[in-house]
Amino acid sequence: MNPTMTPGEEKTIPQTRRESKDESREPTPNAPRPTLDPLAQRSEAETARPSTASAVSALTVRHLSVFFGENHVLKDVSLDIAARAVTAIIGPSGCGKSTFLRALNRMHELVPEARMTGEIRLFGDDIYAPGIEPVVVRRRVGMVFQKSNPFPTMSITDNVTVGLRLNGLRDRKLLAERTEQSLRMAALWDEVKDRLNAPAISLSGGQQQRLCIARALAVQPEVLLMDEPASALDPLATSKIEDLILELKKDYTIVIVTHNMQQAARMSDFTAFLYLGELVEFDVTKKIFASPAKKQTEDYVTGRFG
Amino acid sequence: METTTAKTGTRFGDRAFQWLTLLMALSVFVLIVLIGYELAQGSQLALQKFGWHFLVSSNWDPVNEQYGALPFIFGTLVSSVIALFIAVPVSIATAVYLTELAPLWLRQPLIMFIELLAAVPSVILGLWGFYVMVPWLHSHLFPALRLTLGFLPLFQGPDYGPCMLAAGIILAIMIIPIITSVSREILRSVPGLQREAAYALGATRWEVTRIAVLSYAKKGLFGAVILGLGRALGETMAVTMVIGNRPEIAKSLFAPGYTLASVIANEFTEATTDTYLSALFEIGLVLLGVTVLVNALAQLLLKTFAGPGVKPQQ
Repeated sequence: MNPTMTPGEEKTIPQTRRESKDESREPTPNAPRPTLDPLAQRSEAETARPSTASAVSALTVRHLSVFFGENHVLKDVSLDIAARAVTAIIGPSGCGKSTFLRALNRMHELVPEARMTGEIRLFGDDIYAPGIEPVVVRRRVGMVFQKSNPFPTMSITDNVTVGLRLNGLRDRKLLAERTEQSLRMAALWDEVKDRLNAPAISLSGGQQQRLCIARALAVQPEVLLMDEPASALDPLATSKIEDLILELKKDYTIVIVTHNMQQAARMSDFTAFLYLGELVEFDVTKKIFASPAKKQTEDYVTGRFG
Repeated sequence: METTTAKTGTRFGDRAFQWLTLLMALSVFVLIVLIGYELAQGSQLALQKFGWHFLVSSNWDPVNEQYGALPFIFGTLVSSVIALFIAVPVSIATAVYLTELAPLWLRQPLIMFIELLAAVPSVILGLWGFYVMVPWLHSHLFPALRLTLGFLPLFQGPDYGPCMLAAGIILAIMIIPIITSVSREILRSVPGLQREAAYALGATRWEVTRIAVLSYAKKGLFGAVILGLGRALGETMAVTMVIGNRPEIAKSLFAPGYTLASVIANEFTEATTDTYLSALFEIGLVLLGVTVLVNALAQLLLKTFAGPGVKPQQ
């Protein structure tokens, strides 16, 4: 595997584009597929990126069920996650949001006795196919956690480059370039460029979280998963993270779990509402918040329960 | 009214509790000072007679009333260092296996066995060492070492069985449990989020252990090693039984040696003259000093080299 995929190589994705597009048209019996017109839903903010991109599915999830031992945590979830867009997963605590997110890069397998059925394809590749190592999946699908978790014994630079170094990249110049590039993308460069060798834990909470985003971006994943990335931050740091996410979706597919309804409404293009492990509704964010199809969704987004 | 009395009642209780715990804590301090004082008192005679010469002289001759502690200091340090060389990799690897890799059902039994090893009395380990381990070393391991590493002076010269290396190995066996269980606690205290951070980057299990677990825990692990070293320095019985008890400084690890603790244990019953007894007391004082010094040195090392922001090995 080539760990240093350049943006040029990334453009090979269109080959898989058609496939996944076709696949996404397949009617799925259980989950309500959003009957959306991808071009129309972009009408307000479409300038940010090529409108054609929204037709691509980065991840196609089919009949996903996840079990932890006897616990049936996710029940037959099917949905498509659009490339270069933000998809929000909302729902009350314990509804399986995080589990769903973790199934997308096989992180849920770290829990003993976890197993899954169904299928998840990443740009056409079955990530659960026999012989596919979770390690490989996770290099393509990065993750940012609820609490910032930089490696405390490493410097800022080392935190950013650790993923690249794991992939065997040793070229100092290239590492330095990628450090700057990733830190810029994470909107942290200007704040830390003079102290790149300072320990990561010398940064503030919000900066640490952006450092974690830079660390995830440095390996140039195709999809970025975010598990309530701003829930432990103050409002100012939160808004920085939110601006950053809006900026990142030009290049990345982002799936974000959030408890914060406003955040989901503000930032996401699509929203999936999970309840008790089932996908209740999945649609364009505007529709979920303005005129949801299901009563349950409406009750939740208006704060009547959850 | 009632609430006020209740409050003062609590306050008195709190204060009494505070004083009581302070007293207990102080008693430990007082005990150490007293031990040091008594040792110094007991060794007055030797201190006056030999002065600093005691520390650098290799001559231990009770018949002519000449006493020097150097071979014992040497033996104590060398046997402990050998023990660390063997025990540290084994213990830390075991702790990593127990916290990171072992299947859940296997963890508890393994931990139990390790604790059982810690519970084996020193003298029993010594007996086993003398009658089982040393003959085996003599017939198997030592010839093999001679064959492979014989070009080093460490593995040359005659061997009779009981020797410095045997003592180091017995010590290693004795400190493996403590280093393992302390390391295990340290590794367990590494936040799961650290591991997840590494896993999410596509790290393999070994890489996760290296970049997220070991580098996070290195300070604590160093502390665990120092605890083990402290144990090794003062260990007496088993070492006495396998080290050969000859006060000399030899290049070869196959040669017999002697430690500070062993010489006290072996000779205090035959210390018939005042100077002899006083010299043994001073040996005790030196042992206390060596232990304190090594611990202080370790603390210093920890502060200088493992402070925050130290780059892990790349």
